Amino acid sequence: MPLPVIKAENLSKNFVIAHEAPERYQSLRDVIAKKAGNLLGQGKKKSTTKEEFFALKDVSFDIHAGDRVGIIGRNGAGKSTLLKLLSRIMEPSSGRITMRGRVASLLEVGTGFHPELTGRENIFLNGAILGMSRNEIRRKFDEIVDFAEVEKFLDTPVKRYSSGMYVRLAFAVAAHLEPEILIVDEVLAVGDAQFQKKCLGKMEDVSKNEGRTVLFVSHNMGVIAQLCQKAILLKQGQVVSYDSAFNVINSYIAMDQAGTNVYLPSDDTARRKENFFTRIASENEKGEGATDYSFDDGIVLDFRFSLKVRTSNLQIGIGINDKLQNRIFTVLKPIDFFRQNGSNEYVGKVKLPARIIAPNIYSFACAIWTREGHVYDYVDNVCPVKIHDNGTNLALYEGIDYGSVIVDAEWFS
Amino acid sequence: MTEQSNTVQAELIIEPGRTEKNYWNDLWRFRELFIILSWKDIKVRYKQTVIGAAWGVIRPLLTMVIFTFVFGRLGNLDKGSTIPYPILVFAGLLPWQFFASALSDSSNSLVTNTNLITKVYFPRLIIPASSIIVSLVDLGISFLLLVVVMFIFKFVPPIQILLLPLFTIMAFLISFGAGLYITALNVKYRDFRYVVPFIVQLGIYVTPVGYSSAIIAQKYSEKIRFWFSLNPMVGVIDGFRWCITGEPIYMPGFLLSSVVILLFLWLGITYFRSTEKSFADNI
Repeated sequence: MPLPVIKAENLSKNFVIAHEAPERYQSLRDVIAKKAGNLLGQGKKKSTTKEEFFALKDVSFDIHAGDRVGIIGRNGAGKSTLLKLLSRIMEPSSGRITMRGRVASLLEVGTGFHPELTGRENIFLNGAILGMSRNEIRRKFDEIVDFAEVEKFLDTPVKRYSSGMYVRLAFAVAAHLEPEILIVDEVLAVGDAQFQKKCLGKMEDVSKNEGRTVLFVSHNMGVIAQLCQKAILLKQGQVVSYDSAFNVINSYIAMDQAGTNVYLPSDDTARRKENFFTRIASENEKGEGATDYSFDDGIVLDFRFSLKVRTSNLQIGIGINDKLQNRIFTVLKPIDFFRQNGSNEYVGKVKLPARIIAPNIYSFACAIWTREGHVYDYVDNVCPVKIHDNGTNLALYEGIDYGSVIVDAEWFS
Repeated sequence: MTEQSNTVQAELIIEPGRTEKNYWNDLWRFRELFIILSWKDIKVRYKQTVIGAAWGVIRPLLTMVIFTFVFGRLGNLDKGSTIPYPILVFAGLLPWQFFASALSDSSNSLVTNTNLITKVYFPRLIIPASSIIVSLVDLGISFLLLVVVMFIFKFVPPIQILLLPLFTIMAFLISFGAGLYITALNVKYRDFRYVVPFIVQLGIYVTPVGYSSAIIAQKYSEKIRFWFSLNPMVGVIDGFRWCITGEPIYMPGFLLSSVVILLFLWLGITYFRSTEKSFADNI
C-alpha cells in the first residue's frame, strides 16, 4: 500500500482557559496587577482556576491519495481545530502530522479581500494569499472571471459588489487552486444554491477526475454523502468513527439522541377530556426512542390513549407538519383496530414510510375524533423530529424549499 | 502544473516545537505574497483621500517649517553652521519620519491582519516586513521634496549622498527589528499599541532631528554624545546628515548605534520566531 498523504498520529491540541480572564488576549497591566496581587498574598483568595480544555485529543488517522474525506461532528467537536492544525495555522500541543504534497486550505471564502480594491486586484491578492504564484493566477485569470461571472465589474471596488458577487468571486479564486491536498471548511454555506452547485461540481471534478485528496467539513450531511467516500466523525475532540461516508453519517444521526421526545398530557386532562392520548413518542424501527432520522429511515410513532366513551365511529388521525405548521399528510385508522393493554389503555404504533418525506424538521399532530368530525382530543407540535439528508439528489438545495416530499418520478423522452 | 510537478514533494512534518528547517525556504517561496501585500498597502493607503499622495509631501514640509521655527529661531540652534538650517532639519526628518511610520505600521501589523493569521498559513514575518514598504515609498517622496528644497537654497550635496541607500537600510533594519518585537508582544499584550505612539512622540526630542548631534558634545561632553548614541536613530540620522550635508560622522557613536540596531534585529527576529506559532491561538 502506498504511503498515506496525510498521517496524523496522536494529535492533541489543548487550550488553557483561565476562568478569571475571559478575554483572549491579556493586557500587561493585568499581568502586573495579578503578579503584584499574588505578591501581597491576595492572589490565593481569588485562585485563578485554570482549566485545560482539549479541543482535540489523541486523534490518529491516515488519508490516502485521492481520498475524499468528510469531517463531521457537532459544534465544538474539534473540526475546525483539526483543519487549523492540518493547514499549519495552529501548532499541535502534542502528536505529529506527516503530509506529502502541496497543501492548500480554504477555511474562509475571500480571505484577505480588501473592499477598496477592484475585483481584478483582489483576484491577485487573494490568489497570492492562498499560495498561487502570479504566473499561475495570470494563466487562470480568464477562467476565474468566467467562473465568477463578474466580467463587467472587474474594475469596480469589491465594496460595491453585491454579497452574491463577492462570494462568487472569492470562491472562483479558491476553486482554481491546484494543490494535491485541498482542505475545505464550511465555505459553501454562503452563496446562492445555483452557485453552490457549481462549486460542488468543480470540487467533484477536482477530486474525482484529477485524483486530488480533499478534506471537507460541512454540516450538510447530504453534501458530504455526495462528495465524500469516507468520513471521520469527531466527538469531543476524539475520533468516534472513520468509515465509509454513509455509515459515518448514520452513526452521527444516531449519536446523542435526546430520548425525551415524548408527549405526556397535563395532569388535569383526565378531568377535562373523556378520550385522550396518554403518551406519544417517536421511535426508530428498532423501537428505541429517536429524534433524528436519515432519509432512509422509517419514523415510528408509538402512542397510547384512554377511552371513556367508546363508539364505533371513533378514529385516530396522525398528521405530520413541517416547520411552518403546514400539513404534509394525514393518516387515519378506525378505533376497532387497537387493542387494550392491562390498564384500560389502548396502544398503537404507526410507521411512516422511509424515502418520501424530504429532509427537514417536522412535528406531529394527533387526534381522536369521530368520522363525523367531533374531536375528543387534539394535540399538535408533539415529537419534533429531524430528517437528515444522507445523499438525496436534492441534497445541495438544503435550506431551499423544494417541497416536502421526494418522489421517484418516471421520466420519458 | 509544470512548476508543481517539477518540484520534488518533500515530506512535511508538523510537530510541536519543531523548528522548521524550511522556514527560510518558505519565506522565499512566499516572496510574491510579500510583494503583493506591500503593493496592497500602498494602493489602499491613499484610497478615499482627496489629495492622495500629496500627504506624503505636506507632512514633512510642514514639520520642517515648524521645526525650523521652533528649534532654529526660538531655540537658537541654527547658529554656527554654514548649512541652511531647513536642510539640516530635513536631513534628520527624513529618517525619523520613516522610522516613526514604519514602527507604528509594523507594530500594529499582526493585529490588523488577524483575519489572515487565523485563516491561512504563510511565514508571518511577511506581514510586518511588507507593512514597512509603504513607509519606504513615503521616504522616496520626501526625498524628492528634499531635492526641491536643496534647489531653492542652491545647496550642492557632497558626493557621499550616493551612500544614502546604505543608511536607509539601517533605518529599515531598526524599524523592522523593533517592529517585529513589538508586534509579536502586541499579539499577547495589547498594551504595546500604546507604547509606540509614546516612543514616537518622545523620541523626536531625544533624537537629533531638530538639531545636530554635534551640539551635544559642544554643550556637554564627548562622553555624553557617545551614550546618546545608544538611541539607534542617532546613528541613522548622523549617517543621513553626513550624506546630505557633509557633517562629519562621530564614529564611536555611530558604531554604538549600529550595534544597538543589530541587537534589536536579533531580539526582534528571535522573539518573533519563537512566538510565531502561537499567534493564531492568542490573537
